[in-house]
Amino acid sequence: MSDTWQTIETSTLRGRVETDRIAPSLYYDPALFEAELERIFYKTWIWVAHESELPNPGDFRTTIIGRQPVIVVRDKTGAVNVLQNRCRHRGATVCEEHKGNAKGFTCPYHSWSYALDGTLRALPYGDGYEGVCEKGDLPLEKLRVGIYQGLIFASFNKDIEPLEDFLGGAKPWIDLFMKQGAGYPVKANGEHKFKFKGNWKIQLENTTDLYHFPVVHKSWMKSIDDETAAAITSFMTSDEAFCRSLGNGHSLAVLMPELVDLDQDDGAPLPERFQELAAQLAERHTPEEVRRIVRSLMGVGFNLNLFPNLALSMAFFRVLRPISAEETEIRHIALAMDGGPDEANRVRLRIHEHFQGPFGFGSPDDAEAWERVQRGAHAGPDIPILVNRGLNRETTAPNGEKTAHATDETGMREAYAQWRAMMEA
Amino acid sequence: MDDRNVLNTQETFTRAVQFIWREAEMLDRREYNAWLDLWDPQGYYVVPIDPNTTDFAATLNYAYDDHHMREMRVQRMTSGYSASASDAARTVRTVSRFTLSSDAADTVEVKSSQIVVAYKRGANTIFAADLTHRISFASGEPKLQQKVIRLIDSTEALSAVGFLL
Repeated sequence: MSDTWQTIETSTLRGRVETDRIAPSLYYDPALFEAELERIFYKTWIWVAHESELPNPGDFRTTIIGRQPVIVVRDKTGAVNVLQNRCRHRGATVCEEHKGNAKGFTCPYHSWSYALDGTLRALPYGDGYEGVCEKGDLPLEKLRVGIYQGLIFASFNKDIEPLEDFLGGAKPWIDLFMKQGAGYPVKANGEHKFKFKGNWKIQLENTTDLYHFPVVHKSWMKSIDDETAAAITSFMTSDEAFCRSLGNGHSLAVLMPELVDLDQDDGAPLPERFQELAAQLAERHTPEEVRRIVRSLMGVGFNLNLFPNLALSMAFFRVLRPISAEETEIRHIALAMDGGPDEANRVRLRIHEHFQGPFGFGSPDDAEAWERVQRGAHAGPDIPILVNRGLNRETTAPNGEKTAHATDETGMREAYAQWRAMMEA
Repeated sequence: MDDRNVLNTQETFTRAVQFIWREAEMLDRREYNAWLDLWDPQGYYVVPIDPNTTDFAATLNYAYDDHHMREMRVQRMTSGYSASASDAARTVRTVSRFTLSSDAADTVEVKSSQIVVAYKRGANTIFAADLTHRISFASGEPKLQQKVIRLIDSTEALSAVGFLL
């Protein structure tokens, strides 16, 4: 791999990624893809799990960063470790379950066994290693781990900046996002996983692309009530909605300003479609709690894009994983109120199913558009992909954050600025 | 069980299998409005994710459709407003390996296997699943009370689906 990325001529990247346009080859150049793995996915903070997925010691889930399989596991002390899923002997994975609870991990090949913190505990017939190597020198390799608001990030880069510095301007928005627990902790509650034949950056762009929403998701909007459809697309003409760059590649698209801070109740009537649920909740909750829970059902009124692989998108986490230059896996993780009312959590599940996943009313149409981008981008290799919408109305705050209309491409420009900075580094 | 009961069971089972094959053909032909008429309005169309769950309401599914959601899903697929549904894969499915798993007075539950080959833009994709149909004969006409489609790879990443399983 490292031989490949060295062949990238970084001096040409400036010509392939400009402020307002990118070269289509960014979507399909395999050499560039290898370089992205090395310079982005193996260098920066990558989201790997949410703490609610690992409530108890021994709880684990496996995932892949770039091409490298890892295990995210809570050990006996309660600490979260992210371990390379690779036996130190001959390289076999030591765990192939998506998630579960384990006392340790044993390699199926020669039974080398590892503790939850990666320590090599035992190997059979150790006499062949006497004077050759020490068990203590052969743990499962650990990645750096950072946790913010339950979001677990890992990095292969031992010299990486602290997670909080990396998140920077995104942190207050993460805090706001987590308020949709409505007084309960936010909990991961199942996920939809699907693949599309296209480059990962097409998905990355999409999270703050509100311009596509009324077009691509017309069939979803026709399937919901008029009140909700009007609320969710009000950003098209609203001056309150906006798109903003937050630094380090992160960006924000606010589509429903009234639902940015769920602690701020504007007193507006609860949506008609949730009246029945509200009546049920009122049997066991105060009127204030009912409003708080119901106002949070659709999540927050914004999408927060965290470069490069996570988005906090209204009511769910969106996680992307590049498979190859022309294929990407997406996970949409549903969220629940941990310990909250079952009937409200069930409504949250139904809302998620309605839009997300390979059978949803929304995601398949997104995937169709992205695959069309991937196919079309091969035509006219010299014709740029435009990310210039709203440059005429973008303003820059003293802290450097740029803001433009909700339908503008400020977020994409931020992501590509970070992409270029990391690729040129 | 006397001979007459055996005959009744055989006859009901045969009718159920014919019903399931008729449904399969409707779905391959995208006769979705006709498909809606096969349903008992109280019925649920379910594509679970968790291979072990039976409490579908309390878990995240790919689809958990009551009457209203089924109607909206069909509307979406036939409206022309959905790019993925308008340009959906063509499908050919085989349903077989039928077994009668329960047999109450007016209702039968039939388990089967389904292999759908979906063709779109030069690629064939396979969707393999175990099916469970609960079919009521109470009104004389068979009606679907529940259809559960357990994809063998439900916990893996799937491709977007613009048709009904």
